[in-house]
This record gives sequence, structure tokens and C-alpha cells, in this order.
Amino acid sequence: MFDRRLLQYFDWGLLLLILIIMGVGLMTLYSAVASSANPAEIRIYYKQLTWFGIGLGAMIICFLPHYNVLDRWVWVVYAISLFLLILVLVVGKKISGSVRWLSLGPFTYQPSEFAKLAIMVVLAHHYSQNIRTGGLGFVDLIKPFIYMLIPFVLIFMEPDLGTGLLVMLVGGAMTLFVGIRKRTMAWLAAFCAAIGPIAWIYGLKPYQKARIFTFLDPDRDPLGAGYHIIQSKIAIGSGMLTGKGYLQGSQKSLAFLPEQHTDFIFSVFAEEWGLAGSLVLLFLFLMLMIWGLNIAYRSRDPFGALLATGVTAMIFWQVFINVGMVMGLMPVVGVPLPLVSYGGSSVLTIMMGLGLLLNISMRRFLFE
Amino acid sequence: MYDITSREVWTEWCRQRVTYAMLLIAVAFGVLGLRLVYLQVFQGERLHQLSENNAIRLESLDPTRGRIMDSHGEILADNRPRFDICLIPRDAKPRDAILPLLASLLEMDETEIEKKIGKAASFKPVLIKGDVGRDVLGIVEARRYELPGVVVRVKPQRHFPGQGTTAHIVGYLSEISLDELRSGSYPNRKPGDFIGKYGVEKEFESYLAGRHGGRQVEADARGRTVRIMDTVPPKPGANVFLSLDMRLQKKAEELLDGRPGAIVAVEADTGRILAMVSSPTYDPNLFVDGMTQKQWNELIKDPDHPLENKAIHGGYAPGSTFKMITAMAGLEEGKIDSHTEYNCPGRLKFGDRYFRCWRHWGHGSLEVTEAIAQSCDVFFYKVGLDVGVDKIAEYARGCGLGQVTGLGLGNESPGVVPDKAWKRRVYNKPWYQGETLSVAIGQGANLTTPLQMALLAAAIGNGGSLYRPIMVDRVESPEGDVIQAFSPTIRTKLPVSMANLELIREGMWGAVNGPRGTARGICPESLAISGKTGTAQVVGRKDRDKFLNELTDKIKYQDHAWFIAYAPREDCKIAVAVFIKHGGHGTACAPLARDIIKEYMDGKNPPGAKDASTPAETPENLDETDLQDRE
Repeated sequence: MFDRRLLQYFDWGLLLLILIIMGVGLMTLYSAVASSANPAEIRIYYKQLTWFGIGLGAMIICFLPHYNVLDRWVWVVYAISLFLLILVLVVGKKISGSVRWLSLGPFTYQPSEFAKLAIMVVLAHHYSQNIRTGGLGFVDLIKPFIYMLIPFVLIFMEPDLGTGLLVMLVGGAMTLFVGIRKRTMAWLAAFCAAIGPIAWIYGLKPYQKARIFTFLDPDRDPLGAGYHIIQSKIAIGSGMLTGKGYLQGSQKSLAFLPEQHTDFIFSVFAEEWGLAGSLVLLFLFLMLMIWGLNIAYRSRDPFGALLATGVTAMIFWQVFINVGMVMGLMPVVGVPLPLVSYGGSSVLTIMMGLGLLLNISMRRFLFE
Repeated sequence: MYDITSREVWTEWCRQRVTYAMLLIAVAFGVLGLRLVYLQVFQGERLHQLSENNAIRLESLDPTRGRIMDSHGEILADNRPRFDICLIPRDAKPRDAILPLLASLLEMDETEIEKKIGKAASFKPVLIKGDVGRDVLGIVEARRYELPGVVVRVKPQRHFPGQGTTAHIVGYLSEISLDELRSGSYPNRKPGDFIGKYGVEKEFESYLAGRHGGRQVEADARGRTVRIMDTVPPKPGANVFLSLDMRLQKKAEELLDGRPGAIVAVEADTGRILAMVSSPTYDPNLFVDGMTQKQWNELIKDPDHPLENKAIHGGYAPGSTFKMITAMAGLEEGKIDSHTEYNCPGRLKFGDRYFRCWRHWGHGSLEVTEAIAQSCDVFFYKVGLDVGVDKIAEYARGCGLGQVTGLGLGNESPGVVPDKAWKRRVYNKPWYQGETLSVAIGQGANLTTPLQMALLAAAIGNGGSLYRPIMVDRVESPEGDVIQAFSPTIRTKLPVSMANLELIREGMWGAVNGPRGTARGICPESLAISGKTGTAQVVGRKDRDKFLNELTDKIKYQDHAWFIAYAPREDCKIAVAVFIKHGGHGTACAPLARDIIKEYMDGKNPPGAKDASTPAETPENLDETDLQDRE
């Protein structure tokens, strides 16, 4: 059953790139937690190691079977994802006001993360059968929009606006990739402009609005997000050209940086490695994306191409929003930096996505 | 559907799309890169400077906790300033000059301070000595310039001026535990914060706590604040007003005089609690100020359980105070009426056993009102047998027993109303008829709390309305606006007709004012008290003499004493339940209830209550045997 050619075509380069980024991630996480005032935080590092192990397992599971299995089982994947999202609303574990996690013994998992993968598979399946070289019209967008809207609403109810928006952004990126007619695009833009104020008034929770206000004016919330952003900018900026050196970051060791092991991990890295290191890290991510798009380009069928695009889009958005956020370019929304931020659910999702990329990549030479 | 006609078309289409995507990604990363350059190159020098000085810090500003007051505004829980001496390790340079000086000023061991600081060269203040007196504070302040890095932190600290008197109601605070932090129920709390752990402090935590504020400050290299950049003021907590009347509360505590027991006084036509004392009590300040292991051991090992609120926790057999319920069941079920007479020869033969009346030479022939007034056991044995245990239980539940009253102070015990199903559930054994006899006179498995009995007395007094007890009258914002007010609610109506209730009331009047009442002579008729004594057996009557004669700690085997009362007879205002653990017999409690009621009436109409204040005959002056409720 296992084709020996697969081993020959295995994308060792992509795997190497993934392992390098994972290494950078572990190293940075160690720096973030090792100097913490609370020695117990070091266990975060070991937990992340465990998650990486689980993630590698999931990655292997994701590249062994042919990816067109997903094309056939697409609705099962989608149903499981929606079921988990509903389950979390019913029996989920409440952490600081939000119900986002399912408990599995010592581990907790966010089903909203899995929804990102599910929406990729669904849209790849749908668009692969409906590609129009002239671009999609308004009517063509209705179905995909509903596919995206259902998980979005469920995630929004948790509430987890960040992950919900990511689902929409990943779906939106795939849709844009397939192409939209110019006229439809104009209509959509007008529609968004009209719906925006309504969504603002009725859709957003006060704290979510506050975050956006804080972004526009950091002094508004000097103790919360505003403070985080100021400290994060100080950390990044103080790294200057070459950084303060590994484990030498003073901002982070003084615990001025909040949530430094999750959303603000890039600040820790940028402080210690400076502009040189930060550009290298961004370049590694850029390579990953180019690699992903290249796989899309070379894949042998539209489903594979779209799936690869989806994975790339997910990584792109997370990197762009997270790094933009810690540098004060964007409001603070909880989006982790792939493979670097601490967090099991995120690691698992990203590594499953990368497993799919490897899957598509090594099967690009096969013909049925 | 497919627009892709060939692999060539597909490849060409895909190449074009991928190129667009790569361009977009390149632009986005370009923006990120430029921002990095801006921050790390153009702003780098300035931001580096800021990070070197660690100029910007976040300081938490604690809110003052809301106060807890009685209905007249007497303060039961307040705040006082607490001074903590802290050290910022990073700023304490040179350390080997500062530590010895600090140690000598604080009269501490230098190594002790070093241990507290640990290895972390942190900018976070480390607590060196908490809650120092103003004298120590003055010494430290005077030498501040020799002590860089030493800071004095002022925090509001909870203080209970009333000490033990309201300890079981107001509750106490203590440090938040790790589990509580993790639970997510206290979103804005951090380790070291104090939260309400018991009583009103716990149940009204969300109102009392207020909200933390904070400020961003710029500090100089020595750790001193140079500039305050931004401040969010803390939001003080709301004030909680109890329905309690401290005058009655103090009186009740005084009357119990440290004997284990409880007194509950409620406003009869609202259910508002006027006094609720559990004795012995403890000093809630110990929980906030910190207590020694020895003090803690003393508290938890005390055989009288000072931490337990005996008014709502435990659950004790109600003794003869239960007879009103048996009477109610008999009357309502038509087994007896106002003229039904039973003869009491001092005992009742049931099966091959004799069940005795407390008055072993008997009461003779009596009707229900007299049976209540004289607390005749035989009469109620007979009623109990006629009605059956399940019916008695039904009426007991209708009177609010066997369920929590809804006071909402936590840990309230529902008590036990035994019936056949209960015994099968708990013991998996059938019910014996003989047990019905015990239950009918409030012994056996019956368990009630003083609060339940006080509310029952109030319901009998006010014509049948069983209220949900109110402990917190209202919550007011610091500005004095009422945020939440609690109005009286009737839980249920007693399952009894007005005519039958009147018979029971007549019996309770007779118990205090009748010529042969079990509590006669405790008070002048002007107070118009109706009541009922009760004695709850701790050990079976047969064994009791043996215990009392042979054992040294005989107090443990003495009966519990009860007295429930309401007054005045018409237009009832107040109801009281007095319970004294191992108090002997119910008459021991009656004068206490009388004094509470008198205190309350005096407060209501201060002048002209002369006759009520004449010292009443105390049970000691009377014939002991005659007064005993059950023997």
C-alpha cells in the first residue's frame, strides 16, 4: 500500500525548515520562562515539549494517507468540528470568563483551533469543484460564506473573537485565491462598509471595543492592553541592531512583559536577538509561506492546491497579526505565533496543517 | 462547473494566482520589516534607555473594601491602614550595607531577610515585614535615605470592631488560595489578595470587593517614582447593611455568656433577622491579621466548636417545641379537635414497653391547648400514633423543617424530618411504630436548627406566614445609592386553618402565662409572650441516670434546652428561638428569650415600659420539679 516513491519525494527541505522554527520557538520559550520569578513556570517549557511530541505524531498521521481522503470525508471533518464547537459551549471549561477549552485529563484543547483546519478542507473541497477562471460571482459566494459563518458564530459565542476572525480570514484568503469578479468585489466592499457600524454596535462585546480603542489610543487602558503594548515596544526596540543576547533580555526577566510566553513571545525574541535576529525569524516564516505556495503551484489537483493555500494562509495571518500586534501595528487580539508561542491547541493545529503540506508536496509527482 | 480544461490551463491559472499571493505576502512582510527597523533602529536608542532604567512600572492600587453595618449603621466590618515594609531587590544597593541596618531596625534576623529576597534580582517589591506598628514605621521612614530600595506599602486591612459578637454572620477574610485563583471565579484577583471566606464577607464578595486600580509610573535608577504617567483609580466596594440590630445582638451574646448554644430573633412579620448569636464565638480579626498554629489549634480543637454557627449548622432535636407540629397534624387530619381529651397517667403502654411522660405522676385529663401548655408527652404520643409518622413529617415540612431556610450565608443545614421513606433510604430498615412516639414529641431522628424554629415561631405568631429569612437588608454604593435591596418574601403558609392555629397559639400562651404552663412565671403578662419549652435528649432515658452518675464529663450527656417564643400575643412583632447545648431543660432558656423580647420592646417604645422592667421570677425561685419540661 505504501508507495516507495513517496519516501523519495518526501519534502526534506520543508521538514528541516519546520524543525528550525520549532527549535527557535523552544529556545525562546525557555528564555521567557526560565528567568521568571516563579520557578514553577519552567514546567510550561516541558509541557510545550510534550505538545511538540504530540504535534509531530499528528503531523505524521496527517501526511501518511493520501490527502484526497479528506476530499471524500470532508463533511465528516466539518461535522466533527461543529460538534466539538457546540460541545465546548455546553460542557467547556471556563477560564477567565471565556468557555474555550475542553478538558482531556491534564490537557485542555480548544476546538476553535480545529475549526481552522476544517474550514480549509471544506473550502478546498468546494472551490476545487467550482473554479472559474473568470472569478467567482456573488451567487458563488453564498455557500462558502455560510460554511465559514457557522463556525465563526459558534466561536464568537465562546467568546473568542481572535480565533473566529482567523477562521474568516483563512476562508477569505482562499476565496481571494480562487478569485472574485471585479464587480462582485466592489459590491462586497460596499456591503462591508455598510454592515461595519452595525456589527460594531451589536456584535462586539465592550471589552472587544475597548481593545480597538486602546489600539487607537494606548493611553486609554494604561493598566491593560495599553501597558502591554508600551512594554512590548520597549522590549523590541531596546533590542536594537544585534540584541541583548540570549537569556539577557531585561524587560522579560523583570516580568514587565505580560503573557510573554504566549502572545508576546516575539517581543522576548526581538529583545534578545535584535533586528538581525528578528529579520531572520521573519525570513524563516516567509520561506515557509513561499514553500507552501510553491507546493500549491506544483500540486497535481485543485483540491491539493487549495488545501496548501489554506495552510499557508493560516500561517500567514497568524504571523502577520501576532507580530503586527506586539509591535503596535494592530489591536491586541489573542493570536499565537505559530510554533513559537506556548499553547498546545495552536501547536497541534499548525503541525497538522504542516503535515498536510508535506502530504501534498510528496504526492505531487504521483498520478492515479 | 469546471473551467479548467487541461493541465496546461490549470498550471497557468495556478501560476498567476500564486504570484499574486506571493506579492501580497511580500508586501505584508515588508510592512513588518519596516516597523522592526523603525522600532529597533530609529527608536532603538530611546527605547533601550527606557528599558535600562526600567522606567515604566505598573503598580496596583487596592480598592477599599465595602463596610458591613447593622441596620442602624453601626460598623461591624471596617478597614484600617496596614503598613508593610517591602524591599525592591534590584534597587537595594549596596546590599551588605542595607540588610544589616534594616534587620536591626525591624528587629529581624539578617538571614531571614535574605531568605525572603531569594536570588531573584527583581523589581517587584518583596514583603519583609507585614503590618508593622506606627513606631517601627517612624524609625524606618526617618532613615529612608540610608535604605535605598526599601519601600513602605500602605494597604487597607479588614478590621472587625465588633470582634466575636457577629463573627458567624459577618464572617472573615483570608488570603485567596491557588485553587480559588484558578477557578476563574475571581477574575481580577492576584496571589496575596484577601477575599471573603465565610459569612456575609463571602456571599457578598462581589459587592464588597470593589475593583483594583493601578498606575504606570516612571521610576529612577534607585527605584523611586519620578513621574506618575497614568492612573486608574480603584473603585471602592459597596457597603452592606444587615437587618441585624446590634443592641439585641449584644444582649443575646451577653445572655448566652459563653455557654454553647444559639439565639435567633426575627422580626415576625418580615423574616428580617434582628439577632443571631452562636456561642462560643471567635475573633475574626485573627484570620486577617494572621494567627499562630497554637491559636488555630485551640479554635478547631475546642469541644464547643466556636467556628460553627450553631444557629444554622448543626441541627438538634427540637424536643417539645415540635409538639405544635404534632398538634397541627392531629387537628388538620381530623384525629383530634379542640375538645378531644386524653388522660395522662404519666406513661403510655405501647407493645411491651412503657413510654413515660416527663411528669411521671401524670397530667390527668387534658385537651390540646393544655397539652401544649403543660407539654404533656402522653397526649402527643396518642396523637402521633393516630396520625402516623408520614403525616407528621408532611406537616413538619410544611412548617419549613427539613429544608434550608434560604438565609444564604453558606453551610446551612437542612436538618432532618424522619419518615418511613427516610429511614429506608438512610438505614435501609423498616419503620417501627415505637419510633413514631419519639418523633411525635420531637425526639428521635428529628433535627432542626434554631433559625428554623425561630421562623416557625414567627409564622405561628403572625398568623401563618413562613418567611424567608433576611440577613442583608440592602447594598449601597459608596455614594449611598441603593444597589440592591432585599424585601420580605413569604416562602409558604403554614398548613393549618386559622381556627386550629388559634388553638395552638392558645397553648403557647398558656405555656408562659397559664397556671400550669411549663414556662409560667418567667415574665409579666404585660410583655404578652407566648412560647414553648423544649428539651432534647442526648442519651436515652434509661442510660441517662447511669451516665450522669458514673461519668465525670456528665455535661456531655445533659439534655439540650430549647425555648421558642413570640410576642406580643396579638399583633406579633418578634419571635425568638433560644437553644442551649446541654442546657438541661427548656426553662433554662426561657428567661433569655424574655430578656431579648423585653430589650426589643423597650427599644420600640422607650417610655412607659415600666412594668415590663420589673425583675421577673426566675425559674430558680420556683419549684424545680414543677418547671421541668421533660424528666
